[in-house]
Amino acid sequence: MFIIKNRVIFYTLSVILFVVSIFAMAKWGMNYGIDFKGGTSIEVQPNASSTVSTTVNVKEVLQGAFPEGVVRAYGEKNFLVNTHELDAAGQVAARAKIGKVLPTYEVSRLDTIGPVLGDELKKKSVTSIILVLIAIVLFIAFAFRQVSRPVSSWKYGFAAIIALFHDVVIPMGFFAIMAHFFGGYEVDALFVTALLVVLGFSVHDTIVVFDRVRENLNHDKDKSASHFDQVVGRSVSETFVRSVNTSLTTVLALIAVYIWGPETTRNFSLVLIVGIIAGTYSSIFVGSALLVTMAGKKK
Amino acid sequence: MNRTRLWAIIILVIAGLFALYLQKTHITNPFKLGLDLNGGIHLVYKADTSKLPAGEVTGSMATLKNVIEARVNAFGVSEPIVQTEESTLDGQKVNKLIVELPGVNDTEKAVELIGQTPVLEFALVRESTSTTATTAPSLIPTGLTGRYITTAQVEYDGQTGRPQVGMVFNDEGGELFAKITRDNVGRRLAIVLDGVVISDPTIQTEILGGKAQITGQYSVQQANELARSLKYGALPVAIELIGTQTIGASLGTDALHASTRAGMYGFIIVGLFLILWYRVRGIIAVIALAIYTIINLVIFKAGGIVMTSAGLAAFIISIGMAVDGNILIFERMKEELKRGKSRAQALRDGFARAWPSIRDSNISSMITAVILYTFAASPMIKGFALVFLIGVAVSMFTAVSISRTFLLAITKENK
Repeated sequence: MFIIKNRVIFYTLSVILFVVSIFAMAKWGMNYGIDFKGGTSIEVQPNASSTVSTTVNVKEVLQGAFPEGVVRAYGEKNFLVNTHELDAAGQVAARAKIGKVLPTYEVSRLDTIGPVLGDELKKKSVTSIILVLIAIVLFIAFAFRQVSRPVSSWKYGFAAIIALFHDVVIPMGFFAIMAHFFGGYEVDALFVTALLVVLGFSVHDTIVVFDRVRENLNHDKDKSASHFDQVVGRSVSETFVRSVNTSLTTVLALIAVYIWGPETTRNFSLVLIVGIIAGTYSSIFVGSALLVTMAGKKK
Repeated sequence: MNRTRLWAIIILVIAGLFALYLQKTHITNPFKLGLDLNGGIHLVYKADTSKLPAGEVTGSMATLKNVIEARVNAFGVSEPIVQTEESTLDGQKVNKLIVELPGVNDTEKAVELIGQTPVLEFALVRESTSTTATTAPSLIPTGLTGRYITTAQVEYDGQTGRPQVGMVFNDEGGELFAKITRDNVGRRLAIVLDGVVISDPTIQTEILGGKAQITGQYSVQQANELARSLKYGALPVAIELIGTQTIGASLGTDALHASTRAGMYGFIIVGLFLILWYRVRGIIAVIALAIYTIINLVIFKAGGIVMTSAGLAAFIISIGMAVDGNILIFERMKEELKRGKSRAQALRDGFARAWPSIRDSNISSMITAVILYTFAASPMIKGFALVFLIGVAVSMFTAVSISRTFLLAITKENK
């Protein structure tokens, strides 16, 4: 009840986070990686045999060797250079250059993405996000088809979508802010994958709450809209612990990936952590509260 | 009651056997590792199919795949992957060729071996008003290309003794060649190799029998190389390298170790949380989770699923998600107990009532996974989606059936 009564406060927090995220994305933009822009990305790591020299500033040396590129630390010991697209010969030259300026390092990864692949990824990303959103609305509307009073099942789907939109925008905004202030935090194919997983996962908690609303409505005889906010409020508090716990176990597993997992999936797990927390918040505080608002009648 | 105990024991025995299988096959049949964990080269080519009639694209791509496979096999790489992929971009079909060479590190050499194979075309020369030899003649494609060649070998000119390359067309190519020569007697037919006109003899008469020669100023060695590449490597369509990925073996090993470590710690943290929060039921959930892990690993191994770092991340996330079903059930059981039901009844009702939300939420994740898999732009994402899908599907079974059996087995049937 507390949540539904004070829904304006919870909305406000969501709206602030949402607006800040949109602002960050509009002002600073996302830091798109070579997956989207095309280009070459070179990762260097210290040779197995050599001890890491602290006298050489590896970042500066690499920046000097690739003046057009963006250099940053990657993981504990490695460095990453993102530059324009290099063809096979250019790659050989780049390897040779690194071997010369940084003899204690070696190229451990070298990715080149041409513009065709970048365009394709953009198209596929947009398509899959739209398809996932549509599929989820359809599915929720279908799953809740028997509960059309006092709120039609489409509104459950609509409330879920608003909540989902919120869940996707917040991690994007978070990455825009982090990229602006700290560099890195690139948007790549894995980033989009993480957003899609957030979409699929956030809806879990929303479904748990809605499912309880569905059950409580079926038990109750009073189907008037004035009664509806009480039913939703009761459903939210009844399911509160499980909503938090189901997300918590997943976040715990993700924290393990973030801390101990390989560098490649570090940002990926971060997007998921932020997205899932935003998702749990929105299913508890936004999705269900929206249902009440959409029911039309104020308390 | 005895029956559920029996089932619980059967499940434990089967899980034990699975674990034994995983342990026994650890060396003989290890998990398939993707390039990012194993090191190697991933190359993406775009095939230029714009000149082909629509009906021939599929066939040409299949031929292309075979030709590249033959070349890659000659490279001596263990378990290379060559595949073609069709996608639509801006309403146009893009045909791609993807080559994966595990354990190889020399991109330039690999690219050279795969890509620099000749594209052979026969084209009619459009006679222009200017006949100066320096002007590049405009060519009219005839549709006869290297893909119709069945064999090529070095021959020697009967008069001059110079080496030349003789080609034999397949039936279709032979007919096409006969038709072209029949219809164009008196015109010049250019033999174009990689966009360069090698020779452009004038057609004297219709040529039957499906044979042709390339005569040029070749040394015996050059003629040999040309014949070999025409025979094994004349590409039916031109390909252009649009993406490469080279991963060092040590980086892959590090990533694999990090993923394994993250998986172990992830399991322990999730398990500790469950036991601290749900006590005895938490222990049951952890056993179910261990069985879940074993079943997944058996599927990965038996199904030959290629593991990538993204796939392993999906697996670890799925460990966190697999217990969601348990949490929903346990919370529901608490409610049923509060309503004054017996433990056994609360357990049965808890499972029954929690099922719709478990089913619905897992279906939404499976929808995401299927869409992700269908539109995956890289093998890494495909790997993620596949592992995620398997994980969610298996968790619906383990979180519900297995936990339920164990809980019933330890619950007394008294009121």
